[in-house]
Amino acid sequence: MSYHSNADLGGQNVPGTIVPEPEGELFHAPWEPRVMALVVAMGPTGLSNIDMNRSVRETLPNYRDLSYYEIWLAALEKLLLQKGVLGDAPPAPKQVLRADLVAAVIGKGSPASRPPVGPARYALKERVRTVAAQPEHHTRLPAYARGKVGVVERVHGAHVFPDTNSQGLGESPQWLYTVAFDEKELWGAQEPLQHSTISVDAFEPYLEPA
Amino acid sequence: MSEHEHDPHSGHSHAERPPRPASALETRVRALEALLTEKGYIDPAALDVLIDAYQTKIGPRNGARVVARAWCDAEFRRWLLTDATAAIASMGFTGRQAEHMVAVENTPQVHNLVVCTLCSCYPWAVLGLPPTWYKSAPYRARAVKDPRGVLREFGVELPDTIHIRIWDSTAEVRYLVLPQRPSGTEHLSEKELANLVTRDSMIGTGLVGSAADMAGSATGMADSVDSAP
Repeated sequence: MSYHSNADLGGQNVPGTIVPEPEGELFHAPWEPRVMALVVAMGPTGLSNIDMNRSVRETLPNYRDLSYYEIWLAALEKLLLQKGVLGDAPPAPKQVLRADLVAAVIGKGSPASRPPVGPARYALKERVRTVAAQPEHHTRLPAYARGKVGVVERVHGAHVFPDTNSQGLGESPQWLYTVAFDEKELWGAQEPLQHSTISVDAFEPYLEPA
Repeated sequence: MSEHEHDPHSGHSHAERPPRPASALETRVRALEALLTEKGYIDPAALDVLIDAYQTKIGPRNGARVVARAWCDAEFRRWLLTDATAAIASMGFTGRQAEHMVAVENTPQVHNLVVCTLCSCYPWAVLGLPPTWYKSAPYRARAVKDPRGVLREFGVELPDTIHIRIWDSTAEVRYLVLPQRPSGTEHLSEKELANLVTRDSMIGTGLVGSAADMAGSATGMADSVDSAP
């Protein structure tokens, strides 16, 4: 069975307009803040990780018909089924987020940086080509930036590799780079010219020497 | 999802589509919360604290204070542009969805625009929860390919002489745009400057107007957030 992300939207023709929203308007139904908080509160239980969550969300068959908090809700329900939370032997939570721990847990966050396992393969200003193949699992190289030549603009150190972490195969830290592309490399000679440069943050296995 | 909830308007953007009946979703969420509480995974009181934090403490006024300081303090600006995570942490804004920050500066030659085409990555610690449009399919699809069209939808028209630099947040690095300080604001204090800075200007879909432009809505909102307990 092939893996397909319904969330990889960059550069696609998507109907609809962009509706600006005032700053204070955070939620549009009373259940939305509860879903936001449920998803955040489930983090410390260790039932899943951020990459698993993204993988579960982007593979919802009706992803594009759902509002964003509906996606979060449906993905949380799907994850709980996958992890056997509804069964006779639900997995024990690593930590339960108690009310008095919230400020500390939010303030600490979950850094993705890890000690590198080897030297970085690419240097600043080096030309690189992104891999063209679409993997059969969760990945963070958008389709519009596959098989394209760009330039390394920043080197961020080693970070948790979503491709393995999302599959429960370990963090397998990889060097992370900001790779910048000229708009013509990504879209061809489109009109009108946007006079733009686009970058993605790409893990070392997404790159080849150019 | 059951049949009766099928949406006949699925061709429209999320923002435009009428919401599904609230009662069905309310029931689903309440059932889920009850189940997770009963199984010992969550503390419902923690949900209340989380919601309150993102409604009253963690929002774009945090980022606005960072921007205003960078405008007033050259040393801080340099720090922000070279090590944004540390500079922002020095103001007390740390943690969830700001673990690895990069600040990008608008200049007379370059305008920065931030997007997450793959989901909704956003610097929560400095900007709070992302607005609906930031998470919507039209913004995520078009920001990378038609940035000038997107900016026009926000009422921002940039001359072709200004290059647009788009940052697609595809990993755990989070971007904050340092907008240009409007002219005629030399006399304003750091706090007054912070009141001029809008959320959209820190994403790149807006510009910071002069004090006169901003006398209306945004300043009023900033005041109300500032004074929240």
